[in-house]
Amino acid sequence: MSAGMDLAATIVLNGLTLAALYFIVASGFSLIFGLMRVVNMAHGAMYLVAGYVGYAVFEPLYDRDVWYAWYVGVAAGVAFAAVFGAFVQVVLLGWMQGQELRQALVTIGLSIIVADQLLAIYGGTPRQFFAPDAIFGSTQVPGVGGYPTFRLVQIGIALAVGIGLWLLLNRTKLGMMIRAGVDDRQMLGACGVNVPLVGVAVFALGSALAGLGGVVGATAQPLAMGADGRFLLISLVVVIVGGMGSVTGTALGAVLIGLAEQIGQALFPTYSVILTFVIMVAVLALRPQGILGRA
Amino acid sequence: MRNTILWSLLGLVALLMLPWALPFVLPANEAAFWTANILGRALVFGIIAMSLTFLATYGGFISLAQMMVAGIAGYTLAILVDGAVPHILGGFGYGAAIPLGLLAATLMGLLVGAISVRTRDIYLLMITLALAMGVFRFIETNIAWFNGYEGIRNVVGPTLFGQDFRNPLVFYHIALATAVLLYAGILYLVRTPFGLVLQGIRDNPRRVAALGYSVGLHRIAAFGVAGFIAGCGGILSTIYNIGISPGSIGLGATVNVLIMSVIGGLGHPVGAFIGSLIYTVFDTFAATIYDRDRFNTLIGVVFLAIVLVSPDGAIGIGARLRRLLARRP
Repeated sequence: MSAGMDLAATIVLNGLTLAALYFIVASGFSLIFGLMRVVNMAHGAMYLVAGYVGYAVFEPLYDRDVWYAWYVGVAAGVAFAAVFGAFVQVVLLGWMQGQELRQALVTIGLSIIVADQLLAIYGGTPRQFFAPDAIFGSTQVPGVGGYPTFRLVQIGIALAVGIGLWLLLNRTKLGMMIRAGVDDRQMLGACGVNVPLVGVAVFALGSALAGLGGVVGATAQPLAMGADGRFLLISLVVVIVGGMGSVTGTALGAVLIGLAEQIGQALFPTYSVILTFVIMVAVLALRPQGILGRA
Repeated sequence: MRNTILWSLLGLVALLMLPWALPFVLPANEAAFWTANILGRALVFGIIAMSLTFLATYGGFISLAQMMVAGIAGYTLAILVDGAVPHILGGFGYGAAIPLGLLAATLMGLLVGAISVRTRDIYLLMITLALAMGVFRFIETNIAWFNGYEGIRNVVGPTLFGQDFRNPLVFYHIALATAVLLYAGILYLVRTPFGLVLQGIRDNPRRVAALGYSVGLHRIAAFGVAGFIAGCGGILSTIYNIGISPGSIGLGATVNVLIMSVIGGLGHPVGAFIGSLIYTVFDTFAATIYDRDRFNTLIGVVFLAIVLVSPDGAIGIGARLRRLLARRP
């Protein structure tokens, strides 16, 4: 196989692993938006919080050299994000349901405070998790050569999240309620479902996904201040392109944006950002509801 | 009506005289500091925030792209003007570079309006934010045109009547004049047929379309007007800061403009200046109130409190207080 083909395959694989991370984060954003109509501007802050809290739990365990350090770190980060998300929905957003703009503003205020407090507590130095030995090192990929194993695991996690979400939404009672709520909240309430409680569950789940993204992302590359803005932006673009509230749409959007970013960086490094936004603008012009969004 | 005009004129005179009145209540060095770093800065921020308030009040559009649009004016000025470091294009004096910067901001405003023309409410919020961050990341990574992360320095501003532009008194009065002209321009514009159609779109776009007006074109034009306003603020802030860097149009700066507008109140253009003054005072005195480094927490809490308690901002609080007092016999 020629060197050019090798390079192309590496770029595509890079794009896909990036897309996997984008999907994990953006699916939570999309889920919350789909049911609650809340643009959670604090979604990036959830990513950041989970990364830092997960690391605070991970570090002492890692120093003691226990094999499960990373797994506990992941669990702690995800759990903290979920609880935090539920707290936000219960205390701040639940009672202003329907005032979409006000909710977006509240989450903006929240994200400012959270990011600043994280800076105060943890300082500005970047953190990076070390993946456990089982998924560390590199793996031979046909057509690419040696490739970081963890980034392949990232794709696996994204697939698991995607399938899990699909099963949850299509095969469980909670999923049925969520889908019904997306179509008609009031009717769902009239059927005797405790809609606010479903809302809290969805918010916790969506935030947990942002948290999972935070820990996974901080294992693949160092976590630093500013990641909240980056991943909020990614979630916005992925969901705008793919379509609001659709798991498949979010996956499609994530793959498109991940590939575009990597291909752009390889072909025209200083202008690569433009490619992402050309895609977004083109989708907005042709299908304002997103590629797989419902009109 | 006559009362309002009288009060506005009195207020204007008071604002004009303010730099000379300050030394009576403050030591001389503090008075100069207030003129340039608090009042001047609040006016410049206020102009940018007013471009958002204009869109929100009369069109119902919350655009998060206004800081980016202001930055386009600043960057155009910095790229074109002679003496900027590093030299990118150069060849223009301030007399030509400033209008070109305003033109660029207006065009960028029109572009943002055109891209987001089919979206409303929170979708509009998301798309304008995504656009702003896209331009920010592009500018931050592009060395050839924008000098990347470093930005462009040494945009000192022109000399007016033998006075340095950045002399606190001169700068304050130029910022004040710009703000007053734009403010009066907005109040005039919303009484014209264009402004009435815009308010019609805010209240019921379908009915406006049924009356035969092009909703899309009016929306895009409104974003163009807002782009011009933001551009004026961008030019002033670039000269105030003696240059421009990507940080000044990043997520933080973008959100700050929203914070100012919301704290002041989105119900009237004057809210932008109330909000920017509150913001600047907090920014300056955060060290004495809480902790210099934790300014973001402080302003975040103020912002959150305003959104939770009084969504119509300081103007809303004022109106409620007035109603409360009027009810008393």
